[in-house]
Amino acid sequence: MVTKWRSSTPSVVADGTDGESLNMATPAEHTRAAEDTFRIGHREFRSRLLVGTGKYRDFDQTRAAIEASGAEIVTVAIRRTNIGQDPGEPNLLDFLSPDRYTILPNTAGCYTTTDAVRTCRLARELLDGHNLMKLEVLGDEKTLFPDVTATLEAAETLVADGFEVMVYTNDDPIMARRLEEIGCVSVMPLAAPIGSGLGIRNPYNILTIVENATVPILVDAGVGTASDAAVAMELGCDGVLMNTAIAGAREPVLMASAMRKAVEAGREAFLAGRIPRKRFASASSPLDGTFF
Amino acid sequence: MNITLNGDSRRVPQGTTATDLVNKLGLAGRRFALEVNGEIVPKSEHDSFEFRSGDEVEIVHAVGGG
Repeated sequence: MVTKWRSSTPSVVADGTDGESLNMATPAEHTRAAEDTFRIGHREFRSRLLVGTGKYRDFDQTRAAIEASGAEIVTVAIRRTNIGQDPGEPNLLDFLSPDRYTILPNTAGCYTTTDAVRTCRLARELLDGHNLMKLEVLGDEKTLFPDVTATLEAAETLVADGFEVMVYTNDDPIMARRLEEIGCVSVMPLAAPIGSGLGIRNPYNILTIVENATVPILVDAGVGTASDAAVAMELGCDGVLMNTAIAGAREPVLMASAMRKAVEAGREAFLAGRIPRKRFASASSPLDGTFF
Repeated sequence: MNITLNGDSRRVPQGTTATDLVNKLGLAGRRFALEVNGEIVPKSEHDSFEFRSGDEVEIVHAVGGG
């Protein structure tokens, strides 16, 4: 199997450890374009922050937070319509118009391939043929870690059925590559368990996934605060998807704004190319011309 | 006849179409998807689709989620 390396410039090994560099990946030339957009399937986006719509106080707060985040892609869940509800009761999509946002239905709560595929088909019907989906097949209620074999199976079925699949998975480079080979348009490794806010638990695995990939890699789940999002972007991820970190903050709208800046800052730092880590100091002021 | 709608039994007249049910529920013009016995019934077929006794009907919509 040929591994396609995104990074062509080897980083300097200067961290005092062994052979392979532990420095960040370097950006490929194409990411340095003046217009720093990225593609998922056939769609092009400017914002690299994707946000969920769960856990907000109400739809007004949902909308305000999403506006502050600058997100262009928002996830939704598919659930039973409340029969007998007031027909005038507002619906999420009245607040987040599919004309303005790219709606990304998820398969949250699905523990089997069958349920996940069924959910995606319902979502496609709901959204008039829209085919971009976030696939997650969960393996365990305590961790909400993915069931990777069921995820692979569901991804294969969905790709064959014409879906563009953005797939939630472990921070496992081998599985990420498999999912890309199957035809997923984006691979989304977790930073930490969903809703845990633990941040990126395994940055070197995320880095390896990024380096191996030719589809966008988004960190999905586990981000707790702005610096976590920045780290994901500095590692070279194409974007970050989060929900609880914003919706669960004391001030969700303010946190949405912080996350927007963190993702942008991390992206710019990645493109700028960070300095190598060194064990000892390197003076910033010249030694020539000292008079003491 | 009885159908099961989102998990609850519901009595509907013989010959009830998907459109009839949707209208009765006040969902006309809303964003939803309809599934009967595990198969999607596309919007274009709602007028002609007639329920049969015992059908398992699911009507879903988008809610907040991550």
